[in-house]
Amino acid sequence: MKPAEVKIQNIEKSYEGVKALYNISLDIQPGELFGFIGPDGAGKTTLFRIMASLLLPDAGKITVSGLDVVANYKELRHILGYMPGRFSLYPDLSVEENLRFFAGVHGTTIKQNYDLIKDIYQQIEPFKNRPAGKLSGGMKQKLALSCALIHKPALLLLDEPTTGVDAVSRQEFWNMLKHLKKEGITIVVSTPYMDEASLCDKVALMQKGQIMDIEKPAVIVEKFGYQLLSIKSNRMFALLHDLQQFEHSLSAYRFGDSIHYIPESPIKDFNILSYKLAERGHSEIVIKETQAVVEDCFILLMQQSEKAHGINS
Amino acid sequence: MKGFIIKEFMHIFRDRRTMLILFGMPIIQILLFGYAITNEINNAQIAILDHSNDQSTREITQKILSSGYFALNTKLNSAEEIEKVFREGKIKEAIVFESDFDKKLRNAPPASLQLITDASDPNTANLLSNYTQAIALDYQKQLTAAMPAPARLNIQSTMQYNPELKGVFMFVPGTITILLMLISAMMTSISIAREKETGTMEVLLVSPLKPFHIIVGKVIPYILLSFINALIILVLAATVFGMPFQGSLLLLLLESILFIVMALSMGILISTVSNSQQTAMLLSMFALMLPTILLSGFIFPIENMPFPLQIFSHIMPSKWFIIIIKNIMLKGLGIAYVWKETLILVAMTFFFIGLSVKKFNIRLG
Repeated sequence: MKPAEVKIQNIEKSYEGVKALYNISLDIQPGELFGFIGPDGAGKTTLFRIMASLLLPDAGKITVSGLDVVANYKELRHILGYMPGRFSLYPDLSVEENLRFFAGVHGTTIKQNYDLIKDIYQQIEPFKNRPAGKLSGGMKQKLALSCALIHKPALLLLDEPTTGVDAVSRQEFWNMLKHLKKEGITIVVSTPYMDEASLCDKVALMQKGQIMDIEKPAVIVEKFGYQLLSIKSNRMFALLHDLQQFEHSLSAYRFGDSIHYIPESPIKDFNILSYKLAERGHSEIVIKETQAVVEDCFILLMQQSEKAHGINS
Repeated sequence: MKGFIIKEFMHIFRDRRTMLILFGMPIIQILLFGYAITNEINNAQIAILDHSNDQSTREITQKILSSGYFALNTKLNSAEEIEKVFREGKIKEAIVFESDFDKKLRNAPPASLQLITDASDPNTANLLSNYTQAIALDYQKQLTAAMPAPARLNIQSTMQYNPELKGVFMFVPGTITILLMLISAMMTSISIAREKETGTMEVLLVSPLKPFHIIVGKVIPYILLSFINALIILVLAATVFGMPFQGSLLLLLLESILFIVMALSMGILISTVSNSQQTAMLLSMFALMLPTILLSGFIFPIENMPFPLQIFSHIMPSKWFIIIIKNIMLKGLGIAYVWKETLILVAMTFFFIGLSVKKFNIRLG
């Protein structure tokens, strides 16, 4: 089967008057590993459900390989692999029984497409007689992915597959997706973890039902366009507050174990900044210039759109 | 579809609670209804106040006590004691013979016999009073049989189909109905609601399965299990309670399958409107169980209900099924006599299946 192409045009959706998606439009190329990045409540799951033909949009249109998700939902469901955000397998059935059931539902057998899931399924095969409900989080995820893949879909929709999974399993999961991409499956993933953005071919940054930017992760980082400083001191909490209060501060936020600080214009001499901080009682000050990552871009975009909204309303 | 049915059986067999409800409940229910909840009279406690203590009163007392319906609790000596024993709750009925009973009976009739019953339970009181009267009148008949009377009305009543007035005959059809309804409707509605609750329905919907496949896959295991249940109940009814089997067993089983399918389609309908197992359970309890028990004529005769409720009882599928079972089991009637009721059930089945396939949501929400 050819990898699917997804065209999303002007999708709108609200729940009981509350707008969940504002005019979403984008294209996903065949064979792409596409990521929707955004915090909880950004509208990722709603968009995924519309793509999966589980929800009707209020306005707009989505086609998957030319199939309309509303009108041609029956044909669409044959070429779709979908993994919902929460664990959606039968906890009382064993690993193997779950896989066999979902293969049967799609009119295929485990044998027929074993090649496709081999790498993933082999890791959980030692536990194939264990009830799915008693697997660890990472293993559940692998089983769910195997079940979503067993019929060799042209489009694989993974709604927050790595949420609540430990760091090692997350890494493994992304490696598996990279392998799958080679099999010719278009993969659409959503995640709240910004660090996973760089693992996608292309990402859409989502916030409050809107898409702020759609780019290759590298381009998003390139477009950052500001000087970014990573700062540490002995009083981290006060440091964040003080940096936010500086008159030339564009943004300051916690990032890992340091504070990321974006000045309005590039600072050449860090000593002045260091001196200003010492004046406010900080010591052990470390200032380093650093490379922006997707999370920095996301936070900046979020602040800009909030400011824009503030002016509008 | 085959995989779906196998999966459904696995869910049932792996859940101990489901198994217990499926197979433990029918047995417990039928035994409960058969033994504990009965309106037959056995060894009702009575007190006797005999002012004459002569041949006739002794003979009548003897007749009453040997009938098996009554047991002598106390012999009283004065009318004041009657109130007392009733208050103590020891007895259900007191029988008072007037003085010179025998003499009056033979020479100057009528002789009076007073029956006082505890009518806080009106049904039992009525039954007790009727039984005692029947025994006393029977005694009178024996006495007068010898001498020719001017005009005598001889009433011969026969209790057709259930000569011993056994309550079991009444309860078995009702219990089969309730159990099939409960297991079929409640279990399917809960099992579909469970898929919605755990999110597996989301995955099933996105698959190429059609609503019809999902419904049939859900229903077939429960048809089989409910059918086995019906058999268990019938075997218990026949062996433990001596329920007669007058009619065709095949017809009875076919009618049972029809009723099971009907109940299952109601269960599916319930599941289409409930999103959690709890809602599904409560809905089946209130929408199906209570009307089945109260309005099907199982416990309360439909003829005695207010007119609006009588009308309402017509749309209770269980009412028709109870009529069918009774006609087949007790009266031994064939399809020629139950085709109307059968047709009603068939129509209801199609109605509910059609409605649930239509209401079954191909999307979320």
